[in-house]
Amino acid sequence: MTEHHQHHIKLPEGSIEKQTTTLNVGPTHPATHGVFQNIMELDGEQIISTEQTVGYIHRAFEKLAERRPLYQITTLTDRLNYCSSPINNMGWHLTCEKLLGVQTPKRVDYLRIIIMELSRISDHLICNSIMGVDTGAYTGFMYIMQYRELIYEIYEEICGSRLTTNIGRIGGFERNFTNTAFTKLEKFLKEYPAALRELENLFTRNRIFMERTIGTGPISAERALNYGFTGPNLRAAGVDYDVRVHSPYSSYEDFDFTVPVGKTGDSYDRFLVRNEEMWQSLSILNQAYKKVQEFKGAEAEVFHADVPEYYLPKKEDVYTKMEALIWHFKIVMGEVDMPKGEVYYSVEGGNGELGFYLISDGGRTPFRLHFRRPSFIYYQAYPEMVTGGMLSDAIVVMSSLNLIAGELDA
Amino acid sequence: MALTQEHIQLRLSEKFGELVSNFHSPYDMLSFEAVKDQNLKVLQFLYDEADLNFQFLTDITAVNYPDQPGRELAVVYHLHNLKDNVRIRLTVYTDILSPDIFTASKLFSSANWMERETYDFFGINFVGHDNLKRILNVDEMDYFPLRKEYPLEDQTRIDKDDQMFGRG
Repeated sequence: MTEHHQHHIKLPEGSIEKQTTTLNVGPTHPATHGVFQNIMELDGEQIISTEQTVGYIHRAFEKLAERRPLYQITTLTDRLNYCSSPINNMGWHLTCEKLLGVQTPKRVDYLRIIIMELSRISDHLICNSIMGVDTGAYTGFMYIMQYRELIYEIYEEICGSRLTTNIGRIGGFERNFTNTAFTKLEKFLKEYPAALRELENLFTRNRIFMERTIGTGPISAERALNYGFTGPNLRAAGVDYDVRVHSPYSSYEDFDFTVPVGKTGDSYDRFLVRNEEMWQSLSILNQAYKKVQEFKGAEAEVFHADVPEYYLPKKEDVYTKMEALIWHFKIVMGEVDMPKGEVYYSVEGGNGELGFYLISDGGRTPFRLHFRRPSFIYYQAYPEMVTGGMLSDAIVVMSSLNLIAGELDA
Repeated sequence: MALTQEHIQLRLSEKFGELVSNFHSPYDMLSFEAVKDQNLKVLQFLYDEADLNFQFLTDITAVNYPDQPGRELAVVYHLHNLKDNVRIRLTVYTDILSPDIFTASKLFSSANWMERETYDFFGINFVGHDNLKRILNVDEMDYFPLRKEYPLEDQTRIDKDDQMFGRG
């Protein structure tokens, strides 16, 4: 029997404690759910410091917008937070309408709210179920995805596309909602609550999920405000700021809903706030659908405001009426001069206050357009939230923040 | 008592006198201008005073006005008083040759990246910023793309007519 000698690597005294590892998380990593990089300095599994690199999918939207008439910029806004494109589209239309002084009819407002709340649900359900995936529970995600499909089918029925929707026009919608759209909405409203309840049951009191999320990536209300947090991430820290309540747009003041808030601002609170917001969105959807059904006769056919300079005339009129043909040509070619002005307008996007700062010099395209992108602003706080924690927690924190690369980079 | 635009204007004029000017409110948002080297003092004053309480920085960005000699670049701050729900807009003009503006990143952590973005696209030099480097564009880039001197498309193209877009 031979004798085994174990050879130990001789390291200088104390060197193990000093030894740190540099780890690149991203730019393409399954756990980042988007293209951005984190260069982390690790001591074992503990994060000592991290630096984010963003800009991998920067597409110069602000520059592009300076050469586009208003209606062509809607397609750029699709690609900001692509999990809830319709909110971005509506935010952009509302900004234009504010600049142009357009008043939209109530029915348009309610239809817009239906679309916006549907997309808020689709945004939050992805974020929450992906959090499940990152903590090791794939099932919830697989189940809930089919309900996003139901939402996308409603979009499809209204505007013809699913992800980058380009939905709505300045002044209203491109066409009236069809009966099929309403049937699909009814189906969603009927089926989704049970599914959401099931998702909730999978996670909210799940021991593993709670241990992974409670206390990870906490942020205090003061720090969150100082970092410019908005949306669910700010509300999870305990500040009840919601653009829908503070500066109601699109007739949100006609609806009853509560703004859920958390306490500690950790991943678990962010999950709970998003979850509760989905219930609130469902309630708003039910109210809005009821209000839409109350329009009868000619009123039920209203789906846009009267803005001939920006809203395309009916196709049959274009073929038969001189006036309509002229407007059609002018709008499509972007030959309408905008009023001079400087507007900041914001809506409550999936991730928080999505702002549009539009300066018009009286030309046909914006002189300057700036997007206030919530994820770009709150992602700066990431190092502060994860330093000192474990690498595996950092991944959960990242998915609970709902970072969308398109919105980060613009 | 709700915070009114008149009150904000009065308080600012009392404190800064001639250094703040051009009060107007386009689309119901109080907008005003501050002298270049006073931006941080104005922001601090708006932040500290209990009756003003502008402690939420919504946005920082810049605008390039090539036709205003000596005032080619404007840095625009959007501030929000969340308690009274009032928004204001502060603009600071600077010339394009020495675009130096004090950083607000010590006052607002959120200003860090917003200023980096503004630097990245307009070349505003935020004095006192810890980490003023490009954020969205590649590090090797040697110009500031959102300035108006860099046209979106190749100007040698003759198949496109600028007049179609309102400015020839």
